[in-house]
Amino acid sequence: MDDKELKRIRIAKRIAKEFKDGSIVNLGIGMPTLVANYIPSDKQVLFHSENGFIGLGPEPDKNSIDKDIVNAGGKPVTIVKGGCFFDSSMSFSIIRGGHLDYTVLGALEVDEEGNLANYMIPGKMVPGMGGAMDLVAGARNVIIAMEHTNKNGEPKILKKCTLPLTAKGEVDIIVTELAFIRVTKKGLVLEEIAEDTTVEEVIKNTQARLEVAGNLKRF
Amino acid sequence: MKKILTAKEVITQVKDGSSIMVGGFMVCGHPFTLMEELLKKNVKNLTIISNDAGFPDKGVGKLIVNGQVSHLIASHIGLNPIAGQKMNSGEMRVDLVPQGTLAERIRAKGAGLGGILTPTGVGTAVENGKEKKNINGRDYLLELPLGADFAFIKASIADKNGNCFIAKAAKNFNLIMAMAADYVVAEAEKIVEVGELDPDMVTVPSVFVKAIVKAEING
Repeated sequence: MDDKELKRIRIAKRIAKEFKDGSIVNLGIGMPTLVANYIPSDKQVLFHSENGFIGLGPEPDKNSIDKDIVNAGGKPVTIVKGGCFFDSSMSFSIIRGGHLDYTVLGALEVDEEGNLANYMIPGKMVPGMGGAMDLVAGARNVIIAMEHTNKNGEPKILKKCTLPLTAKGEVDIIVTELAFIRVTKKGLVLEEIAEDTTVEEVIKNTQARLEVAGNLKRF
Repeated sequence: MKKILTAKEVITQVKDGSSIMVGGFMVCGHPFTLMEELLKKNVKNLTIISNDAGFPDKGVGKLIVNGQVSHLIASHIGLNPIAGQKMNSGEMRVDLVPQGTLAERIRAKGAGLGGILTPTGVGTAVENGKEKKNINGRDYLLELPLGADFAFIKASIADKNGNCFIAKAAKNFNLIMAMAADYVVAEAEKIVEVGELDPDMVTVPSVFVKAIVKAEING
């Protein structure tokens, strides 16, 4: 397993610990999907799929693919026991109405005020926001799962986002391979750092101002 | 009893410049048979309202590749790169709408509402040009109803009165689109006699459906 994959797994594991028993959670495509693999066995968490069900399960084997059960990326998946199907209007009523406990999404940029940019790079990548804007505006807790810096090694946690926003002031928690950061009214609080890093390294790789929590923990 | 038509008979009614709502989510619950017939008839200058641009080689995505769509209203086009190219070149106008907002605008039209107020998109480019209202301390955007000349939906089972059962995650946009267009066609995998579909299993009430087509292509 390469370094990149290990980083992703570390992020997924930390986020998986965050959910309370009985939570309903929506995972974005890409890295957030990994979180489903690390839910502690003593907790029940049900996953919401924006296209219309609660109880998103793993990929089926080839012989049991059902064309009427796909995830938000259009890939065949399964529904777990205790799940339920509904239409798009209901699905987004669940999202916007505050009935979703957590949403986990990737990010291009996040800033000190909890603003999030993750849906477009003008002139380069304009795929559309899909359900992301509704998820971020509606879920009770918004968790960002991302690498701490971009592929050029530049900070992604900024004083102010430069890319078009997905939502304003809605992010609650940022988890990277280096840090667990909580967004508060006073700014970003560094609550935990990874086992193989230092506060100095985290600050060096972060443009936004970080307040270090008094009882800083490691993960 | 509703009219049971061939796909060809339905598509004859579609003219250059028609607006069409197309059910489905990444081609799950998607009216493939009607899409193929639209492709064959090669009607142009269509306005398509659908959750996404599908894939270049499947369903509504093929109409986009074939240059039949001049205006697309969707939440996501990321899995059909040709749609992105046509948007960037100016060949196709694309309005990207947050998925939950798209669903509620369609539902508003079908439900006789003058619009909806949603927190989704506040503080982002989505709010440009829209009326904002503050209700109990939170900002909302006024989003207007969205209708169309036609809605082509996909049903698992339709009875000859037009009641439709739609299985599992294939429901997605099909129910609300059936509410919001002038002429609604249900493409059904199976057509049964009146009385054979349990009234408790009806996803789309017959009141919305004008005609039924037997699905010849299901994926």
